[in-house]
Amino acid sequence: MAASCDSLLPLVLLLCLSAQAVDRSNFKTCDQSAFCKRQRELKPGQSPYRALLDTLELSNSRLSLQLINDNNKVRLLLELYRLQGNMTRVKINELKPLKPRYEVPDVLLSHPITEALSVVAQDENSLVVSLGGKDQRLILSAQPFRLDIVEGSQVLMSLNSRGLLAFEHLRTRKDTKSESEQATGQENVEQQTDEDGQIKEDDDKPGMWEETFKSHTDSKPNGPTSISLDFSLPGVEHVYGIPEHADTLKLKNTDGSDPYRLYNLDVFQYELHNPMALYGAVPVLISHSTDRTMGIFWLNAAETWVDISSNTAGKVRVISSEAPQTDVRWMSESGIIDVFIMLGPKPADVFTQYASLTGTQSFPPLSALAYHQCRWNYNDQEDVKTVDQGFDEHDIPYDFIWLDIEHADGKRYFTWDPSKFPQPKEMLQGLMDKRRKLVAIVDPHIKVDSGYKIHNEIRSKNFYVKNKDGGDYEGWCWPGNAGYPDFTNPEMRTWWASQFAYDQYEGSMENQYIWNDMNEPSVFNGPEVTMHKDALHGVWEHRDVHNLYGLYVQKATADGLIQRSEGVQRPFVLTRAFFAGSQRYGAVWTGDNAAEWGHLKISIPMCLSLGLVGISFCGADVGGFFKHPSAELLVRWYQAGAYQPFFRAHAHIDTPRREPWLFGPENTALIREAIRQRYALLPYWYQLFYNAHRTGQPVMRPLWVEYPDDFATFSIEDEYLIGKDLLVHPVTDEGATGVTAYLPGKGEVWYDVHTFQKHDGDQSLYIPVTMSSIPVFQRGGSIICRKDRVRRSSSCMENDPYTLYVALGSQGSAEGELYIDDFHTFSFEEAKQFVHRRLSFSANTLSSRNLAPDSQFSTASWIEKIVIFGGSQPSSATLKSADGTESALEFEFDSTLAVLTLRKPGVNAAADWTIVLR
Amino acid sequence: LMFLGTPVEIQRPRGVPLTKKQFYEESKPFTCLDGSRTIPFDRVNDDYCDCKDGSDEPGTAACPNGSFHCTNAGYRPMFIPSSRINDGICDCCDTTDEYNSGAKCENTCKELGRKEREVLQKMAEITKEGFLLKQQLIEEAKKGQQEKQSKVTDMQENKKQLDEKVEALRTVKETAEQPEKEAKERHLKAWEEQKAAIRLEKDKAKMAETFLELDDNEDGFVSVSELQSHAELDPDADGTLTEIEAQGLMGGAEQVDTSTFESVWPKIKDKYHSEVSREEEPAPVETPPDEVKEPVVDNDSEPYPEDDISEEEDEDDEDEDDYHEDDDKVSAQPTIKTPEKTHEDEEAMPPYDADTQALIDAAQKARDDFEEAEKALREMDDQIRNIEKELSFDFGPDAEFTYLYSQCYELTTSEYIYRLCPFNRVSQKPKYGGSETNLGTWGSWSGPENNKYLLMKYEQGTGCWQGPNRSTTVKLTCGKETVVTSTSEPSRCEYLMEFTTPAVCQEPANIDPSPHDHVEL
Repeated sequence: MAASCDSLLPLVLLLCLSAQAVDRSNFKTCDQSAFCKRQRELKPGQSPYRALLDTLELSNSRLSLQLINDNNKVRLLLELYRLQGNMTRVKINELKPLKPRYEVPDVLLSHPITEALSVVAQDENSLVVSLGGKDQRLILSAQPFRLDIVEGSQVLMSLNSRGLLAFEHLRTRKDTKSESEQATGQENVEQQTDEDGQIKEDDDKPGMWEETFKSHTDSKPNGPTSISLDFSLPGVEHVYGIPEHADTLKLKNTDGSDPYRLYNLDVFQYELHNPMALYGAVPVLISHSTDRTMGIFWLNAAETWVDISSNTAGKVRVISSEAPQTDVRWMSESGIIDVFIMLGPKPADVFTQYASLTGTQSFPPLSALAYHQCRWNYNDQEDVKTVDQGFDEHDIPYDFIWLDIEHADGKRYFTWDPSKFPQPKEMLQGLMDKRRKLVAIVDPHIKVDSGYKIHNEIRSKNFYVKNKDGGDYEGWCWPGNAGYPDFTNPEMRTWWASQFAYDQYEGSMENQYIWNDMNEPSVFNGPEVTMHKDALHGVWEHRDVHNLYGLYVQKATADGLIQRSEGVQRPFVLTRAFFAGSQRYGAVWTGDNAAEWGHLKISIPMCLSLGLVGISFCGADVGGFFKHPSAELLVRWYQAGAYQPFFRAHAHIDTPRREPWLFGPENTALIREAIRQRYALLPYWYQLFYNAHRTGQPVMRPLWVEYPDDFATFSIEDEYLIGKDLLVHPVTDEGATGVTAYLPGKGEVWYDVHTFQKHDGDQSLYIPVTMSSIPVFQRGGSIICRKDRVRRSSSCMENDPYTLYVALGSQGSAEGELYIDDFHTFSFEEAKQFVHRRLSFSANTLSSRNLAPDSQFSTASWIEKIVIFGGSQPSSATLKSADGTESALEFEFDSTLAVLTLRKPGVNAAADWTIVLR
Repeated sequence: LMFLGTPVEIQRPRGVPLTKKQFYEESKPFTCLDGSRTIPFDRVNDDYCDCKDGSDEPGTAACPNGSFHCTNAGYRPMFIPSSRINDGICDCCDTTDEYNSGAKCENTCKELGRKEREVLQKMAEITKEGFLLKQQLIEEAKKGQQEKQSKVTDMQENKKQLDEKVEALRTVKETAEQPEKEAKERHLKAWEEQKAAIRLEKDKAKMAETFLELDDNEDGFVSVSELQSHAELDPDADGTLTEIEAQGLMGGAEQVDTSTFESVWPKIKDKYHSEVSREEEPAPVETPPDEVKEPVVDNDSEPYPEDDISEEEDEDDEDEDDYHEDDDKVSAQPTIKTPEKTHEDEEAMPPYDADTQALIDAAQKARDDFEEAEKALREMDDQIRNIEKELSFDFGPDAEFTYLYSQCYELTTSEYIYRLCPFNRVSQKPKYGGSETNLGTWGSWSGPENNKYLLMKYEQGTGCWQGPNRSTTVKLTCGKETVVTSTSEPSRCEYLMEFTTPAVCQEPANIDPSPHDHVEL
């Protein structure tokens, strides 16, 4: 939860009382962030940078040369790499920085695999480098310096074409400067260097050597260090990504407003539809047009702002004679320029390319994809038991119950409140007996208390982040005065991970998992409710590593969960802060939203944006965290949440209780039904997560990802696809009596999964809705496996049979997959213990074929039923088993809906089989 | 019966209760219990759902809406949703729901049965005793109610008399007040006349005195020049009394004698300053006394309590101002300029004569008598209202909750002392100092429809920050004693209190405490 008011000091409380929504004055605008203001004052024009072609060095896979800024004679080093999978890496650093500049570690999986580069042409002002296949080339212009990536005669992307490359070089602090000189700031200071000629310092501007925001002063010992680079995307009107913002899926033009900000912050009661920073940051932007999909990955963990400018913004497309173009500009406060240009060309290619750099979504245990029941707070063990029983009494499935900060003894994480949770193992065992699980919160702020083991060890091992003067950094958070472990330190992370061992974390058991909140990090009394930028992580400033902190917290925690089971069990860790690569460690949620219809709506684009940049395991607090939802909003949110990847209800401590049965029997039934639909579809979700883990393809997808040529899909954010086979258009309007869903795909068909009704693609379809409606369509041409025997928890359904829903496409065929493993260990990876099958229907024959012949796993699950949409009535159905035996299957045919149901094939889900209809 | 022999399982498909056995005959095709279709009997419990109502799969998890019956010999039989069959969790104490899941279930029915019987027995004892207590409570309440009812009736009777008495005394009072009023008016009038005569006398004396004063040469005449020595008599207020002006005052005459002076006197008496008292005349006071006081009021050295102090002072000042104003009004009434003299002149009204006084005394007594009676009537009204209010409360169908009225019950937890005053309010007070918080005042009975007397609702307590007003639900259970047994706050600012009282004890059912076993034998 956010730095909400009720637990803070009375002084803060006064400030909070007046705040209805976010207090914007707590957070910087671009104008208030000195480097952003400086950078943004620089307008497009001729770049002062010139490439020194005579410094060119070319090895097999690396091209380097120097750039000089003709205004101040500072030299930069440009490095270009061609990476496997159609990517180009562009790195720019100072040639000779006064001291090293920060390069983000631990985000890339490994050194990306490079491919040979060759110079194919060169003259006095340019260089042409072949990027391999499909006559893709990189053209480097020397003066002014600029890079163009072209395919044939078409320019795909240009760098520094607007001349906004700006690199504030490190410089010596002039401690001798008098106050008056600093104040006037007009004097140019000159500095001799041995060979580069004269370096002319930029004029000092306000905020270069010290910056004050509200009552906080940033001492900026290194002075100005910011960097910026512009990218032009000809032919592009639609860009996406750079989460996290509570904004539309398609990024907006930022001319005349603030740029999108990437700076992990704990924003109390965030507002919708603005570019303010939120809890996480993934500096990846995806561009899309009917021609091509590309990506830009700006690997920098410092405070970053992104300006988007499109020449078609606000214009009606057909009238514009000008070719569309979108310009993007990145600005970061420190570090280096290190950009990965992913050239697609298809959406799936960009996802693969990005996944090859930062990894794929971790494969969660199946139960983590089921329903989670959370509240700040379940008061005590008795409360946990009562809620658990409530689910059984009302026959509602759930897998996880969650404990927020009140469970710990005085917010000392890794402990239990002795009066409220005196017997945690008894409680956990009670849940285990029901095949259910628990998540307890462990936040990274550590109470400064000499009686607290965790604190004492961190202090004695010198693992805390330091303040600028070298002492342990301390700030206010839930427990009061708190220290912040330096998660950038690998030794610290190893130690942290060891604390999750069963013999270290007293009261913990194997069915307890972890939630990392407040890991932006949240510091109630810090600038912008986070850590001072001049705090120190070893030799690096917090400024350099800020957006990475949360990733490291989740990584160390997930490592701990893996280690406690000696590498056997898959972990489950939820985080609020994240960065590029966080997908490898677990789930994220959209933070402290509110019980408002707008927040329900925005949950779709927010999770879609995350999915586009690798983080598939995303969800929003069902019901809304702040405020009290109406029964209608709660029901609609359950219905929407049941079809989003991470499905957890959560509520603020000051809101009335809202367990699913507290809103009258009708609403209880509606919520039960929504959750049951989720459970029935778990095999599909699981298969999609396996796919995401293996390939990097998102689970929840914008329509354009699957229909990249259909311009009508490019801005759709009120419906989406799960995988490629289910289209969901949740009801997100109060009092709605219908929704208009766009069904894409010319010549395709879609089937309403509830009524089995068939609809043509490439149309907007009005669907009347009642309170029980969740408009969901299955794509014609797909086969989806479900477990229709919904039980108390996903574990209880482990061995249940599958029902195959075969939706025939217009050509009368369909395909799908079935993935099965033990649902919770790494055996699928380490011992290839899984079942992965291709199900296909064509020419009246349905068959199950092994997709992974070298894997092996035996399952008790079998095929219970096959439902075929869109077919005709056969005269017979014959099942051929692997051993050659044949048997006739009974079937029923509903001629009005053209639904054929095959009764009880009974074959094992892992077996080869064929069914022939005649 | 259970304890005498081993239960004999009567053959029937798994999960079917005895009561429905007749629908499942192995020799015949099975018709779904909703009649929707008929299937071969081998499709009953074949782990595939054929009937929409789930009736073909009573013993498997195949149907989403099915239910499974466990016999639970030794305990109580029950139905569970069929989704709980073979889910690895032991639901039926006889283990029959987990016949194929590998779950290691133990038959706990006997143990559960024993425990349940113990609990039931204990409950039965409590209920029995509680019910007896309840009968007493009902008796007492009825008695109390009757007493109160008859008291109210008596009081209403008394009240009627009191009403009459008040009316009678009002008449007496009014009768006595009429002659009193007349006598007082008479007395006042006589005094006014007397005062007028005295004032006339005094005026004459003053005129004579003035004549003598003005007649400086003592020739028995006041001349123009003699009058001119009194500049204050200047009619045009230019500071000098000219000869013509003085002559004007004297009606055109050069001099006037004592008798003619009578016509001059009215023109000058308002302005005339006596020569004798002229020097003693106090100088006009320009600054009002409260302004003089001001510096004393201001106290800059103590900034914090200044407001309070000056406020008080202001009030005092106002009081004084009022006082002065009244004084001024009094002194402004007489036409003569010297107020002190006026007081001396106008003596207090003489005491009433004996007759008048007698009338006044009589009237006063009538008034006192009347007021006393009226007060008694009011008190009587209050008492009646209170009793009627109490009688109007819903104390249960047999008034069994009456005894809780005007009582309070406390429970001390580790942090707080909770206090329940039924039909009044619930409150919470920190154990170690701090002020009391209202957790709700009496709202209504709010139990389920069949027995609303199982829950009490207290509402509109102290407001919560950013939240609702505090409220408390009190859950009543049967007990021998009247005690608050627990309190909790399941949701912010919504409290739950458990309260035992004999008043909710139901008449013990006069049957076997283990009624469930016979079904299976």
